[in-house]
Amino acid sequence: MEEDLSIPNPNSIGLLVKRMRQGDSGMLPVLVGLLVLVVYFQIRNAAFLSSGNLVNLFVQATIFILLGMAEIWLLLLGEIDLSIGITSVLGGAVAVILVDPQFNLSWFLALPAGVLVVTAIGALYGLIVVRLKVPSFIVTLAGFLAFQGVLIYLVDAQGTGGTIPVHEKVLYDLVYGYLTPLWTWILIVAGVAFLGYRMIRTDVSRRSSGLATDPLSFVIGKVALLAAAGIILAMVFNANRGTFVPLSGMPFAIPVDLGVLSFGTLILTKTKAGRYIYAIGGNTEAARRAGVRVERYRLLAFCLAGLTGGVGGLLYVSNLNGVNDGPPSTLTLYAIAAAVIGGTSLFGGRGKMIHAVVGGIIIATIYNGMALLSMSASTQYIVTGVVLLAAVTVDAIARRRSATS
Amino acid sequence: MSTTPESSNPSSSSNGPSGQDGSGAGSEPVLLRLRGISKNFGPVQAIQGVNLDVPVGQVTALIGDNGAGKSVLIKTISGIWEPSGGHIYWKGDEIHVHTPRNATDLGIATVYQDLALCDNLDIVQNMYLGREETKFEMLDEIKMELATNQLLRDLSVSTVKSVRQLVASLSGGQRQAIAVARAVMRESQLVIMDEPTAALGVTQTAQVLQLIRTLSSRGMAVLVISHNLNDVFTVADRIAVMHLGTLCSEGPASNYDTASAVELITTGHSSRVPSTLTPSS
Repeated sequence: MEEDLSIPNPNSIGLLVKRMRQGDSGMLPVLVGLLVLVVYFQIRNAAFLSSGNLVNLFVQATIFILLGMAEIWLLLLGEIDLSIGITSVLGGAVAVILVDPQFNLSWFLALPAGVLVVTAIGALYGLIVVRLKVPSFIVTLAGFLAFQGVLIYLVDAQGTGGTIPVHEKVLYDLVYGYLTPLWTWILIVAGVAFLGYRMIRTDVSRRSSGLATDPLSFVIGKVALLAAAGIILAMVFNANRGTFVPLSGMPFAIPVDLGVLSFGTLILTKTKAGRYIYAIGGNTEAARRAGVRVERYRLLAFCLAGLTGGVGGLLYVSNLNGVNDGPPSTLTLYAIAAAVIGGTSLFGGRGKMIHAVVGGIIIATIYNGMALLSMSASTQYIVTGVVLLAAVTVDAIARRRSATS
Repeated sequence: MSTTPESSNPSSSSNGPSGQDGSGAGSEPVLLRLRGISKNFGPVQAIQGVNLDVPVGQVTALIGDNGAGKSVLIKTISGIWEPSGGHIYWKGDEIHVHTPRNATDLGIATVYQDLALCDNLDIVQNMYLGREETKFEMLDEIKMELATNQLLRDLSVSTVKSVRQLVASLSGGQRQAIAVARAVMRESQLVIMDEPTAALGVTQTAQVLQLIRTLSSRGMAVLVISHNLNDVFTVADRIAVMHLGTLCSEGPASNYDTASAVELITTGHSSRVPSTLTPSS
């Protein structure tokens, strides 16, 4: 599923083999790692691959995925945000407070307001980094401390004892609401049909322009694989996972994630803005000399990071069914880890939005699987750390090989 | 384009654009004409009173020792900075180049030594960086890829297997070729190259020299800086020698041989070369 939205390669098999030989093996090692984890957990506990647990796992992953995608906007530039775990929850808190009976704002104002707060913080970071040339590492570290203070103030000021519950239905339903099984099917079929159509159309128009293409069978194979994945997912989501009452359908959080993923991938692969973000991350001076307005696009990436993080914050408070003044400090680190485990470089210029999806699912798998096996939090942290280190090491070795070949 | 800073160099009054063919540029029409160009950085005089004609369809080699002022001169032409004095004429009209963009808009393309390519992008993406073709705001990859294929074919760059290769995977010669092709793509009439063969092996050097010949045969003027006299004599139609910030000799390549060129580079004069310097009254 990882090739769907990426720039069409003239000869994917040939290039894939070539790039793997050069050490740029893409997401293959990570996917193998994921498979190993899944097999291990399934052997240890047969409930792991049950529909109920998988849906739970996907929902857990959505937050890592969204915050990871937020980081990818910045990592592509060689920048970083050390505060996304705090600022996104701050945005979520704003939404929770606004829909609270005391303000009683409608959800369609409150939720965008929460996202807007995080976007504005991103813009502020961007201005400081771009105009004043302060490293983003430091700016966002300062933000991490300062906005934690703001969050505590904001939550405590509501006088509900450090925790504000969500009473509003839409915000609650972001994570706990479900599409009906019919709509789940409609959404998945539509998504698969659209992506499949795009893949075939790209292939056909390349063919008719006389450009190098994959064999037709390869394209058809990819579409078939996509369709199979869609069908399996639909069946997982639509299987009855209720214990007392029947429960089935896709949680709203999934389409939210897919929407943000599609938006980000579209910007990165199909627009000038995306092209410039890659160019700036690869060689800022070259981009500048090519006439790219570097400062503008760096600022844009900071705003998009805020926007993406803001949506993640909404899912976070929905999942928690409220907000408290002490979100886990590991949230930011998981976000960066999700991006990097998926294959996005910390040094700029290399990465895709889909990386956060793979990385987020891996982190959620560890988190979920270990909880299922009743392993302690200490083991979870250690294993996540080891996986992160392994992912980065594989990447570094691959890159060194490609540099020397 | 705005006003020039007042010409603070009275000694180098210009010949002006008048003499269409008067100076020593041979029979080809002159594309770029420099008269009395000087550049100082504070009290340091980097170049002084440089007169140079760059004719259409020919390769002009600019040679000289380190610090002779070659790079300062080409950076002046390509708009990195403005000259402290003197006049630049483009197709007979006086121009003022304030920024690199001014130069690019005129049709002056400069390929610097560091090439300024993005390693993480593929060839097509590098070629079109900063002026992508779009359809409904979406990148038109097919159009860009077709045009890149066509251009590389036109320039006889045949060593590149796929234009969707990342630039990181290219050899030095291929990278140079891509940088040149990108410069050419911008409808350039003058291509300036700073040490295009400095980092290259024998085969790759031959490829780049061939590319330079292709450019001039397509009617472009090429101004190339090089330290390598072999390359210069292989590729240049005209040679201009700089010594200590001045242009000490200029003429058809046939006027020079390696010995006289070395003599000019090191001492600034040679008894064996007929003086073909453009008079600057």
